[in-house]
Amino acid sequence: MKCSDSATTSSIAVKDWSGRRGRLGDKIFLYLTFIFALIIVVILVALLIVLNVDAMPAIQKFGTSFLTSMDWDPVQELFGALPAIYGTLLSSIIALIIAVPISIGSAVFLSELAPAWIREPASFLIEMLAAIPSVIIGLWGIFVLVPFIRSPIEGWLGSHLGFLPLFQGPPFGLGFLAAGIILAIMVIPIITAVSRDVMRAVPITQREAMYALGATRWETIYRTVLPYCRSGLVGAIILGLGRALGETMAVTMVIGNSYALTSSLFSPGVTIASKIASEFSEASGDLYIGSLVELALVLFGITLLVNIIARLMVWRMVSVRNTGE
Amino acid sequence: MLYEMTNNITGRSTTEKPLYARDKSRYMLEVVRLSAWYGKMKAVNEISMKIKAQAITALIGPSGCGKSTLIRCMNRMHEVSDGGKVSGQVLLDGRDIYGKDVDAVSVRRRIGMVFQKPTAFPTMSIFDNVASGINLTRLWSRKGELQELVEHSLKKAALWEEVKDKLNRSGVSLSGGQQQRLCIARAIAIEPEILLLDEPCSALDPISTLKIEELMLEIKKDYTVVIVTHNMQQAARVSDFTGFLLLGELIEFAPTKELFSIPHDKRTEDYITGRFG
Repeated sequence: MKCSDSATTSSIAVKDWSGRRGRLGDKIFLYLTFIFALIIVVILVALLIVLNVDAMPAIQKFGTSFLTSMDWDPVQELFGALPAIYGTLLSSIIALIIAVPISIGSAVFLSELAPAWIREPASFLIEMLAAIPSVIIGLWGIFVLVPFIRSPIEGWLGSHLGFLPLFQGPPFGLGFLAAGIILAIMVIPIITAVSRDVMRAVPITQREAMYALGATRWETIYRTVLPYCRSGLVGAIILGLGRALGETMAVTMVIGNSYALTSSLFSPGVTIASKIASEFSEASGDLYIGSLVELALVLFGITLLVNIIARLMVWRMVSVRNTGE
Repeated sequence: MLYEMTNNITGRSTTEKPLYARDKSRYMLEVVRLSAWYGKMKAVNEISMKIKAQAITALIGPSGCGKSTLIRCMNRMHEVSDGGKVSGQVLLDGRDIYGKDVDAVSVRRRIGMVFQKPTAFPTMSIFDNVASGINLTRLWSRKGELQELVEHSLKKAALWEEVKDKLNRSGVSLSGGQQQRLCIARAIAIEPEILLLDEPCSALDPISTLKIEELMLEIKKDYTVVIVTHNMQQAARVSDFTGFLLLGELIEFAPTKELFSIPHDKRTEDYITGRFG
């Protein structure tokens, strides 16, 4: 074999030319690490197989209409995923719209503007926000956020921007808007922490080069720091999106769990994760369980797609930067 | 074509008039009892010197002698560093750039700087790199005018011929030496009066170094140049005046020929003959 050749030539300086001692250790190490790596792949594949097997009754019964149907009727055993897919995407988009400006803004402050004595404690607090269990955030959502959303926020939006389909209908409090805000609170620490790290990684020489051209602080941030780390910022946002799409507990508590598809942000809705969490314990019958598992497969597919898109974007940006090298 | 005539970097530029015709005997920059600190550490100790217009002034000395700190004080870049503090004066046209009513940003527009490592902006094209300083002050500009300025600056930096067909490529697609000339083009695009070069060749190969040296001799017709260098031969080759720094003090400051042939101070002599440093 090739590796034995190289082992002999490289150990010329050693008295023992056989190289036996080193090769055995290398082999054990190789097999061990290979097995560990294999375990991860096996778990992933096994998970996919089990999900597929369990979902099979629903897949066979409904086919692709599962993705486009709005029904969820355990009595007549009619199931469709569209409202849950819609709710998942809508609540995550609301969350990003709220969270991205706040997160990037605070990351800029923490990385570029804050004096050192603020930087450390503030970063610590933001990271602590990420450590709060989601059920606690959900509880706070029910008792504090939802009543607050119901009268001041939704009331104001409804009377001033009520001409938009987004802000029509009675203010329930529980609903997409509440879920989006809760999700935003949960993804802000992630996006902020990653963005801050990415910005701190921009070389000081890049900032100085911009300062030396007569740039102000803001111009240096806007023209040098942010462009330099933009692929990292996209990665941070996608990381937050991944968290938002899969978040279960807090969303289940505030979204209202109504299996409907409406344009109004005020109305209660459902996400894939909240649907599974609230119904798996009472589900009976292969078709019902199969439909819930197929919902899980759909969520798996969505998060996979999001991650692939994110990777492609990051790769593209990095390769644009390196053209010609 | 026209730019081919002007491309010869050592030859006289025939198409361009000097941007700032200046009186050669004038002092452009005057440093008065300047001290600088990093936190508690004093890096520059009460240095005073006068820098002639349209000449190259070199600052030499062993590592850690404060020469980089001194040059960074000349356009208020030192205060960007962590814990950077300055006392004393730096007079530009008789006006203290550390004066209360003077904005550091406007100082840096008049006194440009090029750093040790090439600092091309990786997300910008070659064209945008050169235009990046200009774009700061002009909210909008006529496209043709901007193009002219970029071309002019690249020619001045002796880079035009090498990049004129790939102005849209990324700034970091160039070699190290080309990137450093790109940084010089970027610095002179905003038409400063003084150009500060902080060890501009220390990361470059000998051929790129030679090109930058030729470039310095060319641009000193229009600009006042201050260069920090580790390389004594470089100081001897290109500069008109040389200052020798040791442990934060200016030991000797004289015309280059004089300093290298008949140094007055024993420490200068020891350094330039290679006895330490």
